[in-house]
This record gives sequence, C-alpha cells and structure tokens, in this order.
Amino acid sequence: MFDWRWDFTFQILPRLIVATGNTLLAAGLGYAIAVVLGLALVLAQRTPFRPLTVVVREAVEFIRSTPLVLQIFFVFYVGPQFGIRLSPWTAGMIAIGLHYAAYLSEVYRGGLECVPKGQWEAAKSLNLSTARTYFRVILPQALPPSLAGMGNYLVGIFKDTPMLSVIGVAELMHTANAIGSETYRFLEPFTLVGIIFLCISLPTAALIRLFEAWVRRKLGMG
Amino acid sequence: MDTTDVSAFPLRLEGEATPMVSFKKVTKSYGSLVVLDSLDLDVAEGEMVTIIGPSGSGKTTVLRMLMTLETINGGVIYVDGEPLTHMPRGGGLVRADNRHMRKMRSKIGMCFQHFNLFPHMTALENCMEGPVHVLGLAKREARERAEELLAMVGMADKRDQHPSRLSGGQQQRVAIARALAMRPKVMLFDEVTSALDPEVIGEVTNVIRQLVAEHNLTMLMVTHQMGFAKDISDRICFFYGGRIEEQGSPDELFGNPRKERTQQFLSAVKEAT
Ligand SMILES: Nc1ncnc2c1ncn2[C@@H]1O[C@H](COP(=O)(O)OP(=O)(O)OP(=O)(O)O)[C@@H](O)[C@H]1O
Ligand SMILES: [Mg+2]
Repeated sequence: MFDWRWDFTFQILPRLIVATGNTLLAAGLGYAIAVVLGLALVLAQRTPFRPLTVVVREAVEFIRSTPLVLQIFFVFYVGPQFGIRLSPWTAGMIAIGLHYAAYLSEVYRGGLECVPKGQWEAAKSLNLSTARTYFRVILPQALPPSLAGMGNYLVGIFKDTPMLSVIGVAELMHTANAIGSETYRFLEPFTLVGIIFLCISLPTAALIRLFEAWVRRKLGMG
Repeated sequence: MDTTDVSAFPLRLEGEATPMVSFKKVTKSYGSLVVLDSLDLDVAEGEMVTIIGPSGSGKTTVLRMLMTLETINGGVIYVDGEPLTHMPRGGGLVRADNRHMRKMRSKIGMCFQHFNLFPHMTALENCMEGPVHVLGLAKREARERAEELLAMVGMADKRDQHPSRLSGGQQQRVAIARALAMRPKVMLFDEVTSALDPEVIGEVTNVIRQLVAEHNLTMLMVTHQMGFAKDISDRICFFYGGRIEEQGSPDELFGNPRKERTQQFLSAVKEAT
C-alpha cells in the first residue's frame, strides 16, 4: 500500500466506531419515523376526503422529486426564518424521515394493491370496522409484498446518513472529514468509512431476505 | 346516482306477510350498461330461493347489492321490513349512511365463489374475528361458538390450519362457518361450488342441505348446479338480461318451463353436463 499508516489507522478507529453508533442511530430513528409516517401518508391518500388526498399526494410527489440534501438544508436553515429553530439532529431526523416516508408510502401502496379485492369484501360482509379491516385484515397481507422494498430503503437511508454531515450531525462522514482536516490525512479515515458501510450494508440486505421469509411463514402465507 | 324518486316507497314494510328480503323496483347500471332493470323480488322468511340464468344476467349483482357491496341506482331494498339501501329521515327515505348500513348488514351473511378466507388467520381465527370484534362477544364464548360451527361443517380437526393448508372444499366450508358465526338472518351463496374440483362439491352442498333442513335461515343462492338447486330450493328464479324471466317451484320451472328462453337455457345446461 502506498503510504497507508497502520498506527494512525488504529489511533482513529475508536473515534470512527463511536461515530458509527451515531450513524446507526440516525438511520434507525429516521427509518422508524419513515415507517410510521409513510403509513400515515398512504392511508391519508385513501380517505374519502378529497382535499386531503390531493394535498398529500402532491406533497409525496414533491418530496420524491427534490433532492434529500435540499430538504435537509431547508428544514435546518429556512426553519429559523419562521421562528422554528431546530438542532442538527432534530432537523436531520425530520428531513430524512419525511423523505423516506414519501418513498415508503409508495411501497405500501404497491403492497396494498397486492391484496385481492375479495379480502375487502369479506371484511365488509363480516361488518368489520374500517380500522379493524386495515389493521387486522389488509395491512398484514400487504406487508409481505412490501418487505423487499422496505428493505431496500432501510439500506438506502443508512447510505444517505452522510448527507446529515452538511448540517453538522456527527455521524461517520462528518467525523472522518473532521479527522482529515485535523491531521491532513484523508486516505485512512475515508477508506475505513467505506469498509464500515460495506460491513453493515451487506449483512443487512441478507437479513432482510431472511426476515421476509420468516414473516411469510409467521402469517401462514409461506 | 338515484334515477328514480324514492318518495313513493314506504318507510318500512309491515304486516303479517312481510318478506325477509324485498327488492322494490331496483335498478343497477354501470355507466350506460343497465345490469338490473326495475327488479321486484321478495324472499319470505325461511325461504330458499335459487337464482339461475346465463352469464352476465345479473345474478351476482343481486347478491352483492344485498350485501351492500354495490350501491343501487334506483328503487329500494328492504331487509326484515326495514330499508337497507335507504333510511327514514324527516318523514321520507334518504340514502343510507354508514351507520345505518352497518346495522342492516349485520342481518346478512355471504359466501363467495373464491371463499375469501383471511389467509393469515387459522380456520378458527377466521370464525372468531367478526364475533369478537363486531358482535363484541367474549373470546371464550366466540371460540366455543366457532368450534361448534366448524364441527357442524366437519372442519373441527382442521381448526388450527391456515387456509393455504386446506383444500377448496374445506376452505369453503370454513367460509360458511365464518358467515354463520355472525348469526345472520339471511345467507347469500354466490356460486360457492364453481371453483371446486368435482369430487369435493358434495361436501359443500351437503353443508348447505343441512342448513336448509335444520335451520330457519332465509337463503338466496346462485348456482349452476341444476340438480342441487332442484333438490333444495323452495323457488327458482330464472334471470335473463337483468330481469326475472320466469320463476316458480323447482318442479314447475325444471319440469314445465313456460318461457322459450327458459327452455333454451335449461336444454343448453343439460347438454353441457
Ligand atoms: N364492476 C363492474 N363494472 C362494470 N360492469 C360490471 C361490473 N360488475 C358486473 N358488471 C357487468 O354486469 C353484468 C352482470 O354481472 P353479474 O356478475 O351480476 O352476472 P352473473 O349473472 O353473475 O354472471 P356469471 O354467471 O358470469 O357470474 C355483466 O354484464 C357484467 O359484465
Ligand atoms: Mg356471477
């Protein structure tokens, strides 16, 4: 290797491992927000109240057609002009959660469309309430066909967390960059960041496939 | 939307001979296609009426309207004397709202051609979902009733299986138990044997025979099995082009059809089997 310094590598490793914790936290929190909010977005688009469905559909379309980094900047820097002052973490979680919620709502919509019409009719003929129909009958069946897409976006949100570095969230990329500016050595920190991302992304993708099979079995739909 | 004035219809049907189900001048259309044309049909309490007729004649639509899976464009449907599609308001009838529809729907149960069991629930769970969460029964009571009904349809030993592990005939029997668990007054069967292999049709028709013999349910059935219809029905309605072309007792209709279209249909069916 040209000029790779092992002593330096081991010296910065602990700092990067701490930052990995922040990256995982950011991805986890952002994803949790996206999973719940995405469901709210898709359900809102299915209410009989037209104005709501139109506004939500346009909002989802808007979020999906503008860059994540712009949304992060927007929440963090434009918010204060309206008196909304948020910490980098809060602003980052709102922006990335909302961004992925828009994508997940489309995944859920696809999953919902996989549920046969007859299931809705059976639920109605048993007089189940709308809430019960969704949460006990329809959503459990929409889950398995949604899992592959949900998994892709889990890996996606994880890989997008470096964008939070632009507003100063101390995740992996931000930390590697800081190390670089302090020591003028960029090779080791950025290489390590790449390796850490790889070591987490690859097994996650495999775990998601196992999880999918497990869910199908659990729901008796294997 | 409404194409007829409903002000001429009574707020409720009363008197000794009030039918359990009553279609009054019911019209249904999809766009410009008129599927049912001013249909009048009464079904008495405890009566078993079978609807036969060519494909597209509106048989399924009749049942789906009664189950409130389809809206109607004209006329009024009454169940148990009360309007189903409408409700009394300010001395007249207006379109039924959700609450009225839910109240009326509880009187009706339906079995579908493709069973439509919930695939992620066991046979028992399928039969308990409605009783627990709609009727508000205690879990234990709902379970006992569901087990009784599954035993009645001969599915007691499969109660913990998911539908994917059951044959078509078994799934349909569970679906019948599921509908009965809601204690409906009217049961609807839409070609419940059409998706089944010939050798398992008997296990489903036997359950329906048993219902007819032992329970005082009002039933409305669509089927292509003329022999079965003849055996168990009190009355047969032959549908043609969204109207009742001819109706009568099974002996009259099968033995001595008066209308030419009925004769043609019956001889075509006979040739096919
Ligand atoms: N959702 C719909 N949109 C448009 N047309 C429809 C719809 N549902 C039914 N139809 C039409 O209504 C007519 C009656 O349909 P219906 O399903 O009641 O017939 P059926 O007598 O049950 O026929 P089959 O024996 O084939 O089941 C048909 O011409 C059908 O194409
Ligand atoms: Mg039909």
